Amino acid sequence: MKPAPFDYVRAFSVDEAVGLLSDGTDSKVIAGGQSLVPLLAMRLARPERVVDINFLQDLPHLHREGGHLVVGALVRQRQVELSNEVSSVPLLSLALPFIGHRELRNRGTVVGSLAHADPSAELPAIAALLRATMFVMGPEGSRELNALDFMVGPFQTRLRQDELITAVSFPVRADGDGYGFEEVSRRRGDFALVGSAAWVHLSQGGVDRAEAALFGVGATPVVVDLTRHLSGFGESDLTTAVLEPSREVAQGLEPLGDQHGSSGYRRRLAEVLLARSLAWAYQDARRSS
Amino acid sequence: MLVGFKLNGRKVELDVEPRTTLADSLRGDLGLTGTHIGCEHGVCGMCTVLVNGTTARSCLLFTCQLEGAEVVTIEGMGREDNLHPLQQAFHDHYALQCGFCTPAFVLSAYELLSTHPSLEGVDLPAEMSGIICRCTGYSSILAAIKDFAEAHPEGPPPPANLS
Repeated sequence: MKPAPFDYVRAFSVDEAVGLLSDGTDSKVIAGGQSLVPLLAMRLARPERVVDINFLQDLPHLHREGGHLVVGALVRQRQVELSNEVSSVPLLSLALPFIGHRELRNRGTVVGSLAHADPSAELPAIAALLRATMFVMGPEGSRELNALDFMVGPFQTRLRQDELITAVSFPVRADGDGYGFEEVSRRRGDFALVGSAAWVHLSQGGVDRAEAALFGVGATPVVVDLTRHLSGFGESDLTTAVLEPSREVAQGLEPLGDQHGSSGYRRRLAEVLLARSLAWAYQDARRSS
Repeated sequence: MLVGFKLNGRKVELDVEPRTTLADSLRGDLGLTGTHIGCEHGVCGMCTVLVNGTTARSCLLFTCQLEGAEVVTIEGMGREDNLHPLQQAFHDHYALQCGFCTPAFVLSAYELLSTHPSLEGVDLPAEMSGIICRCTGYSSILAAIKDFAEAHPEGPPPPANLS
């Protein structure tokens, strides 16, 4: 459990970091390191060089910008969790406590989790559901990527080897928005077997958005749109109305089974957690509109 | 490479390979064996220390990253003849069996009580779930923490053995 040898370089600015990432050496970026260091320790990753961005001075802090919450690449998960701003993006409040443990969230960054792109992770699913914007810097300049299609496979993203994510921005809650989050894992802090984040929007009492992102069920988060099924339902019957479409969605999934849970069990979890998260989101939306 | 940081209030300078973890430096180079090593990939929590005031897994930190940081280990919390009040609470409640997880539990509880002195609204077992007690002696550990919170509404005093 000792990492293979690597070179270690500290970058002090975004440009310097990008310069290091684009000089042809096989490099990995380290921020919190809570996902990378286990991979190094188990020698699943053996980069020639580790580029430390913890000393960067020119990354954005955690701040509100218009209708968005901007989270810079060095903002720790725990820092977001304990901030006053977190309530403006309720899905972050709901999901952050499920990420590992407090001791890991103290170091682990929000952006790092998105870059790592674990298919059973909470943050990539939430970012995809909310269409968060990722701000990326590369040798040719900056570009923005939509989190909805940022992940292309397990631990695979559209980020290029020579690029650095400098920040991510999440849309804040609007009138009529409601959210729900459900997750099942074997033990507190473990990777999710399956989880579901839901977003419902009500307009004049009717549902005009009902979407959810499931994670732990495939290679990437699976974002599903159930608006068509749920529009027109009133207060009392929505909880029942989510059951059938949730079952349909789950039947179309092919989650991998392992020693922690069979494929069938995960499919069943997906069905139940999707329905529950949508029901919670609906109730939350009724309170906020 | 050379790296300098503060350890339990004292400046230290080490010459380390980049792949050396803080846990290995503490135990091997600095002789502070109160920080224990279990899984070496961040799951069990045994190697928990305080870095710049918050808990961190010292097996998931490379020593070379710590330039300018302040690290506190269990040795900085108190001495046998001058226990930190939180250590005393663990002592009073027999909140240990084999003792392997105790340093990590003390430091993790210290952080929790510093940010949430009254433990109000805190789901204590969930908040302490980052440290595994292999003897399963959780109830007396949680009792010690609860008791400490009642006796110290102002939160825990700073580590008692910093030089």
